[in-house]
Amino acid sequence: MRAVSRLVFVVVLLALVVMSAAGCASPQQASGPKVVKVLAMQQAGPTPEEMNAIVAKFNQSSPNVKVEIEYVSYDALHDKIVTAMATNPPSYDVVLVDDIWYAEFVKNGYLWDVTDKIDQNTKQEVFSTAWDITSVNGRIYGMPWLLDQKYFYYNTEILEKAGVDVPQTWEDLIEASRKIKEMGLVEYPIVWSWAQAEAAICDFVALLYGNGGTFVDSNGNPAFNNEKGVQVVEWMVKTVDEGLSNPASISYVEEDVRNVFSQGKAAFALNWLYMYDLAALNPDESQVVGKVGLGLVPAFKGSGVPSATINGSMGFSVIDKSPNREEAWEYVKFLTSEPIQKEYSAHLLPVWSGNYEGQALEELKSLNESNPVTVPAFSAQIVYAHVRPKVPFYPEFSKALQLALQEALTKQKSPAQALNDAAAKWNELATK
Amino acid sequence: MSIPAVKPNAMTLTQQRLRDGFWLILPGLLVIFGITLFPIIYTFVLSFTETPISNPAPQGFVGFRNYLYFLSNPVFWAAIRRTLYFTVVSVGAELILGMGLALLIHARPFGWQFLRTSLIIPWAIPTIVNGAMWRWIYNADYGALNGLLYQLGIIDRYRAWLSEPVTAMNLVIVADIWHSVPFIALILQAALATIPRELEEAAAVDGANVWQRFWKIRFPLLQPAILVALVIRTVEAFRVFDIIYVITQGGPAFGTVTISYLTYLESFSYGRLGGGAALSFLISAFTLIMALLYIRLLYREDLR
Repeated sequence: MRAVSRLVFVVVLLALVVMSAAGCASPQQASGPKVVKVLAMQQAGPTPEEMNAIVAKFNQSSPNVKVEIEYVSYDALHDKIVTAMATNPPSYDVVLVDDIWYAEFVKNGYLWDVTDKIDQNTKQEVFSTAWDITSVNGRIYGMPWLLDQKYFYYNTEILEKAGVDVPQTWEDLIEASRKIKEMGLVEYPIVWSWAQAEAAICDFVALLYGNGGTFVDSNGNPAFNNEKGVQVVEWMVKTVDEGLSNPASISYVEEDVRNVFSQGKAAFALNWLYMYDLAALNPDESQVVGKVGLGLVPAFKGSGVPSATINGSMGFSVIDKSPNREEAWEYVKFLTSEPIQKEYSAHLLPVWSGNYEGQALEELKSLNESNPVTVPAFSAQIVYAHVRPKVPFYPEFSKALQLALQEALTKQKSPAQALNDAAAKWNELATK
Repeated sequence: MSIPAVKPNAMTLTQQRLRDGFWLILPGLLVIFGITLFPIIYTFVLSFTETPISNPAPQGFVGFRNYLYFLSNPVFWAAIRRTLYFTVVSVGAELILGMGLALLIHARPFGWQFLRTSLIIPWAIPTIVNGAMWRWIYNADYGALNGLLYQLGIIDRYRAWLSEPVTAMNLVIVADIWHSVPFIALILQAALATIPRELEEAAAVDGANVWQRFWKIRFPLLQPAILVALVIRTVEAFRVFDIIYVITQGGPAFGTVTISYLTYLESFSYGRLGGGAALSFLISAFTLIMALLYIRLLYREDLR
C-alpha cells in the first residue's frame, strides 16, 4: 500500500510539472497567414454584417494575415476582454475598448503603446477629442473608431398630432409629454435606458450636465452627488411617478429603447447614432419609418447650457502581449482608415475631421440616406458631449452608481442618500 | 525435484491486483486531478490572496482577510438571503409540481405518453436560451405575459414586470421552475414505476383512502428518489447564475444579485480573483451544510 501511495504522489507531481510546462510552452509557429483575432461588439456602430465585410476586404488585400472576428454584446465586452487577458498569449490580438476602460486596461498593461506608430498626418487629421479617448497619461493606446454620443430622437407624427413643437428644454419636454399622454397618443411618452448597466450612467450624465452639474469637481473628487445631481435623480423619479417616463426603463438598455421607439410606443428617446438609420429608414426594423426626428438633447431651464449629452466613444487597440502586434496594427489602421469609415458612415461617422467642412462635407452627406440628417446633428451635438471620468476603478464604481440610481428609482433610498453612498464608494476605491 | 524457492520480495496476489488496478484507474485519476482537484486547490490558494485578474498567478497573501471582508459585508448577506429565497421557493415549487406531474403520468390518463415526451422539452432547452425566451415574455412593452393578462382582463394596463426588485426575483424563479420541473417529475415518475402495485391494492382493500395510500405507502418508498432530486436541485439552485445574467443582469437595484452573481462581479467585473475565490469557497461551505442537512433529515436509519 505504501508503494502505491508513493506512486500516487509521484504521478501527481508529474502531472503538475506537465501542466505547468504546457502553460509556458510557446505555441507552434504555424506556416501560412498569421491569424489576428479581433473582439468587437454587436450593439451600436456598424452591424456584424458590415464588420464582416470589412474583415473580408482586409483579408483579400493582405494575403499574409487572416483576421478572425467575434462579437459580444456591449455589456459583456469588458468582462470578456479581462478574462481573455489572463492567458498568455491572450485569446485576442485586437479588442474594442470603451473610453471608460482605457485607464484600467493601461494600468493592467493590456494595451500596446502605439504613440510612435502614428504618423503626423493621422495625428492632425483625426479629431483631437478623439485622441483623448484612446490616450492615457499622454501616451496613445489605440485608434479612435466610434465617435458616438447620445442624440435626442422624437416621433414627428406624435408631435404633430399633439400639436407641440420639438422640445428645447427638459421642462418643455415634460409639458409636451403631459399633452401626449392626456391625448392618449402613447401610454408612456419617454423611454430611457435606465437598466442596471452602463446605459443608465450614460443617460444620467446627459441629464446631470444638462442641469449644470459635473461628474467630478476640478480636483477629481465626486461632484455628481451635489444638489445638481440630486435634482436630476429626483426629476427622474418624478417622471416615472407621473407616468411620463416608461416604468420599464428601469430594466431597459439601448436595444430595448430602440425596439420601443421603433414600434411607435414612445414619443421621445435618447440613443446612439445607429438608431437613426434603423428606426428612420429601415422598414424591416421599424414601424416609424419617415417619422423620426433627430435634435439636440434638451437641457434644464436656467442651467446656462443649451444642450448636454454623453460622449460614448470607443477605440480599437492592439494587445501588448500579442505575438502578431504589427499585423494586428495593420488591421486596426485599415478598419479606422478614412475610406472604410466613409463607406460605412451610416452607422458610424468618420473620426477624420476633414470630412466635416467644405466639399468633403457635401460628399459625406451624399454617401447614404441617413448622413444628410446625422452629419449636421453630429456637428451640432458634439460640442455639448461630456465624457465620464477616466479612472482605473471605473467599472466597480459604475456598478455602485448604477445601483444608486436604481435604488432611487425603486424608492429604496432617497436620491440624495443613494448618490452619497455611490460617492462614498468612489472615495473608498480611490484611496485603495 | 525441489520446490522453486519463493523470492522474498515477490508480490502476493492481492498486491498484484492492487498494482494492476492502479494502472487501470490512472488515466481516470489524472483526468479528475486535472479538471477537478487542481482547480479546487488553486482556487483555495487564491482565496487567501489579493490576486488581480490581470495577473492570475497567486500573489499578495492576505490570510483570512477576503473571508472576513465578505462575512462582515451586508452586500454578501443580502445576496445570501436572496439566494436562499430563490432556492427554497424554486425547489419547493418544483418538488410539488414535479410530484403532481409524476403522479399524473403514473395514473396513465389518455395521452400520458405525449405528456411524458413533451415534458422533456423545457428541460432540454439550454438555460441561456430559456432565459432569453422568458426575458421576451416578461418584456413590458411587447411581452407575451402582458399581452395574455391584458387580453384576459386580469390587468388593465401593461406592467413593467422587471422594474421592481421583488417581482423581478419571483419572475426569474418562475422561469427556473418551468425549466426544472421536468427533471424532478421524471425522476419521481421513474421511482413510482418501481413501487409494486400490490402494495397499494392491498391497502385499498383494507380501506385506506387515496390520501392515506399516498402518505403511508408511496411517499416513504419515494423518499430516496426525492432526496436525490432535492440534493441535485438545491445545489444547482444555490449556484444559480446564467438565468439571472440573461433575464435581469442582477437588476433592478441588485434585487436579483445572488451569491454566484456576486462572485462573478467580484472576479470578472471588478477583477479581484482572490475575493472571488473566497466567495466560491463560501458558496461551497453553504452547499455542503445543506447537503448534510438533507441527508440527516431524509436518510434516517429506519429507511435502510
